[in-house]
Formats: sequence, C-alpha cells, structure tokens
Amino acid sequence: MKSSRLTACGEWVLDRFPLASLWKDHMTHYYAPKNFNFWYFFGSLALLVLVNQFITGILLTMNYKPDAKLAFDSVEYIMRDVSWGWLVRYMHSTGASAFFIVVYLHMFRGIMYGSFKQPRELIWIFGMLIFVALMAEAFMGYLLPWGQMSYWGAQVIISLFSAIPVIGDDLSLWIRGDYVISDATLNRFFAFHVIAVPLVLVMLVFMHIVALHEVGSNNPDGIDIKKVKDANGVPLDGIPFHPYYTVKDLVGVGVFLIFFATVIFYMPEMGGYFLEHANFIPADPMKTPEHIAPVWYFTPFYAILRAIPDKFAGVIGMGGAIVVLFLLPWLDRNPVRSIRYRGGIYKKALALFVISFIALGYLGTQPATPVATNVARVFTVIYFGFFLLMPLYTRWEKTKPVPERVTVELSLEEQLPALIEAFEEITEVAPEPVEDGSHHAFRSVFFSRRPNPEGMRNVATRLAKKLKESLD
Amino acid sequence: MNNEGVDQSKRQFLTTALTVVGAVGTGYLAVPFLAQMQPSVKAMAAGAPVEVDLSKMETGQLIRVAWRGKPVWVLNRTPEVLETLKTLDSELRDPQSLESIQPASSKNAGRSIKPEIFVAVGLCTHLGCSPTFRPEVAPPDLGDKWKGGFFCPCHGSWFDLAGRVYQGVPAPTNLEIPPYRYVTDTLLIVGEPAEGESA
Repeated sequence: MKSSRLTACGEWVLDRFPLASLWKDHMTHYYAPKNFNFWYFFGSLALLVLVNQFITGILLTMNYKPDAKLAFDSVEYIMRDVSWGWLVRYMHSTGASAFFIVVYLHMFRGIMYGSFKQPRELIWIFGMLIFVALMAEAFMGYLLPWGQMSYWGAQVIISLFSAIPVIGDDLSLWIRGDYVISDATLNRFFAFHVIAVPLVLVMLVFMHIVALHEVGSNNPDGIDIKKVKDANGVPLDGIPFHPYYTVKDLVGVGVFLIFFATVIFYMPEMGGYFLEHANFIPADPMKTPEHIAPVWYFTPFYAILRAIPDKFAGVIGMGGAIVVLFLLPWLDRNPVRSIRYRGGIYKKALALFVISFIALGYLGTQPATPVATNVARVFTVIYFGFFLLMPLYTRWEKTKPVPERVTVELSLEEQLPALIEAFEEITEVAPEPVEDGSHHAFRSVFFSRRPNPEGMRNVATRLAKKLKESLD
Repeated sequence: MNNEGVDQSKRQFLTTALTVVGAVGTGYLAVPFLAQMQPSVKAMAAGAPVEVDLSKMETGQLIRVAWRGKPVWVLNRTPEVLETLKTLDSELRDPQSLESIQPASSKNAGRSIKPEIFVAVGLCTHLGCSPTFRPEVAPPDLGDKWKGGFFCPCHGSWFDLAGRVYQGVPAPTNLEIPPYRYVTDTLLIVGEPAEGESA
C-alpha cells in the first residue's frame, strides 16, 4: 500500500496547489508551432545561462570581498586557492558573454520573424527591459574584480549620467556615493549586482513568459496557428511544448554546452574579449590604461557614443540606440510578420542593420583614430536609419502572399541528394590513376574526382541567382 | 450584505484620503532611502589639501599627485611650449576659458598662477578618463596637427599643454584647474585657494 500513500500525499498537495494544471497549461497543453527552427533555441538557452549565472554567482559571493582594498586579491584568491574556484569564476565570466550572445541572437530572431508585432508587443517590451537590466547587471558585475578596466569603465559609464543637463552632476555623485569611483561605489554595485538587479531580472523573465503563453509563440512563417484548429480546439499546426520542444531544446543545450565548455577550459579570456587584459592589473585611480574599451557586448553602443563629437549628444545617441529598439513594434508599419514574405527593401535594410551593428561592435573595440571615427559615423547613421526610416520604407514594401498553414523546411537528410548532385557537378572524374601500389582507399569515389572549373562556375552562378532572388 | 444607503461620496473621500496619506508616508520614507546613497560624511570630509615640492622638478617634467582620489598633474612647461600655446587660439573651443572651471588666479592665457608651472585635474571633462601626457610634436599616431598636449585615449579628445580643449572632439570644456596656492617659490598646496580667493 506504499503507492497509495504516496498518491495520497500527492493528492494532499494538489488540493492545495495547482501544480497539475500549471504543468498542463504551460507544458503538456501549451501548443507551440511545429515549424520552429534553429533560431528558436535561444530563448531556453537564455534561461539556462541565467540559472548558470545564479548558481556560480552565489558560489562566488562566498569568497569574494566587496572592499576596494580586498576585492582584487579576493578574486585572485578564488582563482588560485579556492577549490575549483577558477572553474566557478570562468563559468560566471564566460556565462556573462554567453548571455549576450544568446540574447542578441534571440532578439535578432524576433526582428527577423516579426515576433514583436501585434499581439506580441508587450513580450517585446518585457524582453527589452530584460536586456536593459542585463546590461546594468553586466556593467556592475564588471566593477567587482576592481581591475584597471573595471575602474575606468565604471568611471566612463557613470560620467555618462553627468552629461544630463541640470541634475547630471548630482545624479552621478549620487550613483557613485563619492566624488570618484571608490569603495562606496564598489560596495553598492555589489549590492545591486547580487540582490537588486537579479530580483528584477527574475520578475521580468516571469512576465516575459506569462505574456508569451497568453498569446502563444510566433513562428518562422509568422502565421497565427490558432486560426486553424481541430475539433478539440487544438491548433493543427501546434505540438505540445512538452515533450516535443523540451526534448528538442535538450539537443540545443547539448550543442551549446560543447561550445560553452570549450571556451571555459581552453580560452576563458577569449583573447581579451571576454576578460580584458588590463583588468589583470589592480585599479589605479591615477592612470587610465592606454587603450580602454568596454567588454564586447557593449561596443556597438560605445562606438555610437564615440562617433558623436559632443558630450550630451553622444550620450543621447547611445541611449537612443537602445530606446529605438523599444519602439520597434510601432515603427514597423507592415502587417506581415516573417521575413520570408516581406519585401526586398526590408530584407536589404535588415542586412544593412546587421552589418552596421557588427561593424560598430568591432570599431568599439579599436582605438578612436580619425578614420575609425568617421567610419563609425557612417554606420551610426545606418543603425538609426534602419529604425527611423522604417515607418516609410515598410509602407512601400511589396510583400508576398502569406500561406494559411505553416510550411515545413527540408531536413538536412532530405537535402543530401541535392548536395551530392552539387558535389558531382563541381568535380569531374579524374583519368585512371597510374597503379602505384597506394591503398585502395585513395582510389575511392572521393579521391578519384578532381575539381571541375566549369561546374563550379555553374553552381556559383546558380547560388548567386538564388541569393538575389531571396533578397527580392 | 446590505448595500442600500451606502454613501458613495464618503467612501470615495476615505479612499482618496487614505491614498494621499499613504503617498505622503512613502514620500517621506523615500528621502532617507535615497539620501542614504549620497556621499557619507566621511567621504565628504576626506579631501585634505596635498603639498607638492617643486624644487627637484626639471623643465618639461610632469608629476602626478592624488588629491581627493583624483589625479592632479603638475607640469613644468618649457619656454617653447609657452610660445606654442599663444598660436593655438583659433583651433580651440574655449581659448579664453570662459566656460571652464578654474580659480580666478588661473583664468589667464596659460591657465596658471606662474606661467611655467601648470596644475590641473587630470581627468577628461568628457567622461572622466585620465588623458595621457604627449609633449612631443607631430607624433606618427596623432598626426601633424599635434603640437604637444594631453590626449585622451578613451574617446580621442585633444587638449593643449594649458589643458584647453580643441574643437571637434567630444570633451565640452577645458580641463579643470583645482584651487592651489604657493607656500614658497618651490612648494605649492593643491586644494587650498590662492590668496584673495574664497574657497
């Protein structure tokens, strides 16, 4: 009768807490479109990284000292003397960069498939608030090791607030709690980093998901799957989130962890992009490092700040680059969601935007030479052009007809015959090799073929034509 | 429950009154919470003046001292530098230092009490990096227009050797000059106003 007692125990809980209906509503009977592709891994991966940051962060606080005299040494202590401290710290620092990689891809997915559009505007707004909270979290966390880059990075970012007219100086003084970045600043940033901002983040993530489950997930076709339902009211193009997407996401988690572990174990500093070299020198308020740059995930916005030769306008430009993202649902006037059925002008605009974002990101890591500054100005104009001209060009767009039901992409397996055909076209069979006693394996199909220039030209032309078509 | 005879206006008054009292209470509580993040009395008291001995300074040399946690530069300018400074006005944003922060005793062409000894807070007026001291003329990385000065590596602001900002760079004003005074010919105190000035 053991099982019945266990059941009784379960019943007791279920009578008092809606566990079963929560599980049903949000997992086994939450219908997600069946055509999710590669881009739909990053939401659950972001959640995984958040958990990683929480666990490793809690472990780090056990040995870290938020004191200007002790902070730098306590981080070194964690790295050298605490058992597995190096692993926990590298998981946390790599996790910060991974968080932004995953979130940037997640946001790009939303822009590409129109996931921010009616009725998902609030999901986008909550997501943007998560992004802002994440930036605050990352920025304050970066001060804690109290290295040179921590110190001067914080000095620059807090000085941004002093550019605000009238209240600016008092505001930056209030944020620092001292006339310069000091122990007071470090201590309060620690409090924000480990308590205040994580709480806000968790609440925002909760609201992001509640809003998502209220209206349902978008998909690569940008179609509302709730329009076509079976007799039971289940969307025909929907599949239960659990077990279908929980299992699919597990594959994504596996692949992600391979990359994540590779970075942690073989390149935790990522050549100075994840942990900057200057941060291995203790903070020195008397001397700024020769070249200071923020961590890579802030560099696009930093490049915009530097491109504008006026203090206040620069700060407005930097803040504006984030504010325009909030306005996206109202700037895009085209009702078609997915890029698949949108006009060429939007595809080209989005491509230009991605190029300018990456270029600004690169320029933000480089010293501010006059040439680099001018190039950054051009890309800044493109960045803002993408958003501010959107109400115009999305109206002129010639969209394609949107299908009624979701489309299914060919799987890799189904694409194999086409790939083999292409391989046969770009190569030709070599003349019979001279019998030189080499192993038979070298005379297999693969090695008996040699490149065929004409076939390569044909395939390249076809690919180029296809690319041009897909941009129309 | 009997809802007859409910005086709605009285209810509304009570609701409004309670909201107002609650808001006032929250407002009062917000003051200590927010003020708690202001610099403490200890932080405000720190910032004692520092003495700088100039007797061993060579011409062209720059020394850094810490005052209120900030880097303060003391530079012994050469006669050539002082000549160059006179020729730069057209390239500067605020050559007369009208918009910039300095004590009255330093509001002059060279922005100093004694022409050759230049004292300034070594933090860029843009976003607070400490500019690098680049006295050489026309180095390869800065180009032919560079006449010697302070270059901010963070955002590329240019200052001349009187801490005056060039046009077309992000920094809005000239470098700040702290209050300082000479005790003797070769000893100055940073953080105390010169004679005849108020603190």
